[in-house]
Amino acid sequence: MATIQFDLVSPERKLASVEASEIQIPGADGDFTAMADHAPFLTTLRPGILTVKAGSDVTEYVVTGGFVEITGEAASVLAEEAMPKSEVTADIVNGLVEAATVAAEGLENDAKDTADKRVSDTKALLDLI
Amino acid sequence: MPNLKDLKTRIESVKNTRKITKAMQMVSAAKLRRAQEAAEAGRPYADRMNAVMANLAGASADAAGAPKLLAGSGDDKVHLLIVATAERGLCGGFNSSIAKMAKAKAIELLEAGKTVKMLTVGKKGREQLKREYEDIMIDHVDLSEVKRIGYVNAQSIAADVVKRFNAGEFDVATIFYNKFESVISQVPTALQLIPASFEASDDAAEAPFYEYEPSEEEILSDLLPRALSTQVFTALLENGASEQGARMSAMDNATRNAGEMIDKLTIEFNRSRQAAITNELIEIISGAEAL
Repeated sequence: MATIQFDLVSPERKLASVEASEIQIPGADGDFTAMADHAPFLTTLRPGILTVKAGSDVTEYVVTGGFVEITGEAASVLAEEAMPKSEVTADIVNGLVEAATVAAEGLENDAKDTADKRVSDTKALLDLI
Repeated sequence: MPNLKDLKTRIESVKNTRKITKAMQMVSAAKLRRAQEAAEAGRPYADRMNAVMANLAGASADAAGAPKLLAGSGDDKVHLLIVATAERGLCGGFNSSIAKMAKAKAIELLEAGKTVKMLTVGKKGREQLKREYEDIMIDHVDLSEVKRIGYVNAQSIAADVVKRFNAGEFDVATIFYNKFESVISQVPTALQLIPASFEASDDAAEAPFYEYEPSEEEILSDLLPRALSTQVFTALLENGASEQGARMSAMDNATRNAGEMIDKLTIEFNRSRQAAITNELIEIISGAEAL
């Protein structure tokens, strides 16, 4: 089966670089799966879980935001924060929720909507881990 | 002629100094390696971010509805200079080269009739600029408690800058830092943060036509603050590596100078001792002859 080069980088380090068969990505406007020969695509991320399948290996990462750049051969995820799911605890997520809540205070209109969405997205993460 | 005891104490004290500078040099060497690794680890993210931003920004920079962070506030009156230096001294010309560059820029802007504001990151730069520019310093970021510079540090600086920009406090923001070239060469660099400028790297030319979700504009306004944080982060990392490099070579010089001084003092000490012995002998001999 054709594979796609998957890179996961955060500002501080490169977390993963593998040949993957499929990657499930939490996009800002909904989840999607990237496979080989995907059309060139660029989207932002919402806080959620990113799943990478390489053969029979499945790795899951918790990402909090950033963006994804997909070409036919490669998918690069530039996540602001990314951690393997196994390392993520409820405490960490609670911290994220709190940060998002604080950031949402005192905003108006569109900014408020975006911030509120982030709060609910991070809260949804609590159920996923 | 200095007496022997004084010379001996001086030699001892210079030897102690040499020990300290040598130790500092070795500590810096270890820290430099770590700082360089951190700078390298951050590069893939920064490069990609830059490439994508160059791509996106190029498409919509001229559009009427371009985000302010990219297009600027339409004015060029108030400049914010972000001066990033180290928290500690003893690193050669590292801090003063940044301060000097920022000062030159401030003078140039003031002469052109612009308003200048300053934000300092790191204690040493603030100390050097405080005497002349204290009244235009709007804030100071203290990183002395931070052991390892993380993205969060850059993020909070960038968020603060964006907030001030949105509040209309300034029109143009420039960050000053030292770019790490090698252990012996660090280049003071000025990078304009707002309005944002992204230089397309060499491989950006083959960027395919992307489909965007949400729209290009939304992605752009979402990514701009992140790109800004990334630029600040890169600057801080470069600065970190430069600081250690500068300190390493400064301490290497100091160690060598101390060594030379010890040699000089030792020769003087030996000569003095010899002179004292000769003197004593002359006294004894002339005493014996007198009999």
